Amino acid sequence: MYTFKQHSILPGFNLALGFTLLYLSLIVLIPLSAAFIRTAELTWPEFWATVTTPRVLASYRLTFGASFAAACVNAVFGLLVAWVLVRYHFPGKKIVDALVDLPFALPTAVAGIALTALYAGNGWIGQFLEPLGIKVAFTPLGIFVALTFIGLPFVVRTVQPVLEDIETELEEAAATLGANRWQTFTRIIFPAIFPALMTGFALAFARAIGEYGSVIFIAGNMPMVSEITPLLIVTKLEQYDYAGATALSVVMLVISFFLLLIINLLQWWSRRRNSTT
Amino acid sequence: MTAMTYPLSADVQKQQAMQEPAWIRMFLIGLTLIFLTLFLFIPLISVFYEAFKKGADVYLAAITDPDAVAAIKLTLTIAAIAVPLNLLFGVAAAWAIAKFEFRGKNLLITLIDLPFSVSPVVSGLIYVLVFGLQGWFGSWLAEHDMKIIFAVPGIVLATVFVTVPFIARELIPLMQEQGTEEEEAAVVLGASGWQTFYQVTLPNIKWGLLYGAILCNARAMGEFGAVSVVSGHIRGSTNTMPLHVEILYNEYNFAAAFAVASLLALLALVTLALKTLIEFRNQQHQQRGHE
Repeated sequence: MYTFKQHSILPGFNLALGFTLLYLSLIVLIPLSAAFIRTAELTWPEFWATVTTPRVLASYRLTFGASFAAACVNAVFGLLVAWVLVRYHFPGKKIVDALVDLPFALPTAVAGIALTALYAGNGWIGQFLEPLGIKVAFTPLGIFVALTFIGLPFVVRTVQPVLEDIETELEEAAATLGANRWQTFTRIIFPAIFPALMTGFALAFARAIGEYGSVIFIAGNMPMVSEITPLLIVTKLEQYDYAGATALSVVMLVISFFLLLIINLLQWWSRRRNSTT
Repeated sequence: MTAMTYPLSADVQKQQAMQEPAWIRMFLIGLTLIFLTLFLFIPLISVFYEAFKKGADVYLAAITDPDAVAAIKLTLTIAAIAVPLNLLFGVAAAWAIAKFEFRGKNLLITLIDLPFSVSPVVSGLIYVLVFGLQGWFGSWLAEHDMKIIFAVPGIVLATVFVTVPFIARELIPLMQEQGTEEEEAAVVLGASGWQTFYQVTLPNIKWGLLYGAILCNARAMGEFGAVSVVSGHIRGSTNTMPLHVEILYNEYNFAAAFAVASLLALLALVTLALKTLIEFRNQQHQQRGHE
């Protein structure tokens, strides 16, 4: 027989679920649906023309390119940081471990102005890069730096627990069978953490695509060159181009939902992988 | 001649096979510290350095400026509304999801996580579409002389939206792990629903609740993109601390911008410290539980 809910003697289900659904509808679902409903007022060719102008296409290329590059760097260094924090001991490890979450806790505007000050031509880091001909602040490279900063904790925090749970017996067995350390890493450890690594990568990528606060200070915000899609939405809003801003935000929402789906699949894969090994 | 090589003891052999050579370990630790120094520690230190560069007087003047004080008050007010609302939501959602079995549960969990994957700018924009002058309720609100967008209620709504998942996603796995036996025992012994919650569930989840609330608070106080879209940037009235930082920075008043930013950085450090403390306490608690 079809039952919506299994029987339980605990009270409060209707109240709790009712409140949850009401709250989610009012705060999240109805406002989100507004973006789709308002966009439906446009015809399909109108919508398509709005979201594929050269300036918009340039902003997609920049947003996705910089986000992808930043997520790649975070995958490599995130794995390194997680490995070092789990496997090695060194003084100050606890503090380093706690500070990895800084990009989650530090408001994005603060990160934005701090990175801009550092990488500007006269900044602590910029003054060494400028003579080499490398300009970071107010260029697409600056966007990459900001996105690397805000995505840093994702890979570390998804890989770290999996690495902690790997049973050393497997590594011992590999060593007993004559594998060297590199073989053990590539054949035993890496396959075990790969789903978690991909999840972290996808989370960092998804976060980077929507990021606004830390980027706008360092980007320079030149149309066609260093203008990210979220900024373009704000620019359109400030010009009272509501239809254009809404159409662009629908594109962003669809991409976010798609990434959310992929992340959920990756997490499911990761859980399955770890429960079978 | 006696051979100079002794057979290695099994322990040493095992250690060699199970661990990288010392120079690789040193190299990897060094690389990690260089990377984190460049991308984390230096940006953090530079906030405080830039804030105090022009001396303590300039710093104090910046954070006691009436506009700055108004921004601090607004930020505190908004967090004081957004965090309790999401606390209530988090507890209700976790109670329904963790203590009962029903269809569509996974979909509900995904919906709760949704705001995390929406760009902050879009999070603000959707409220403009609902409550703005061009929005669904725009003309009705204007007739009744009420303002949500470019006013405090809009900032609260946008902040609530971006912080919806924090407490719920902390509580759901925690309460799932704890199961339902203790609550069922309480109900069988004649406790009412609220008694069961206050005396059985709440003591079990209070640390998770606090943990989620701390993270929720940090995001609520620091949110920039969503709030920026709905705020209207009216000085002394709809400017939160992050928005005030932006205005000062765009006016090339760097010392003042970093002074206000340093307060937010301090908030981040306090958040991380509390978070680490709670994690440490939970670990100890778990270890004691296993013994």
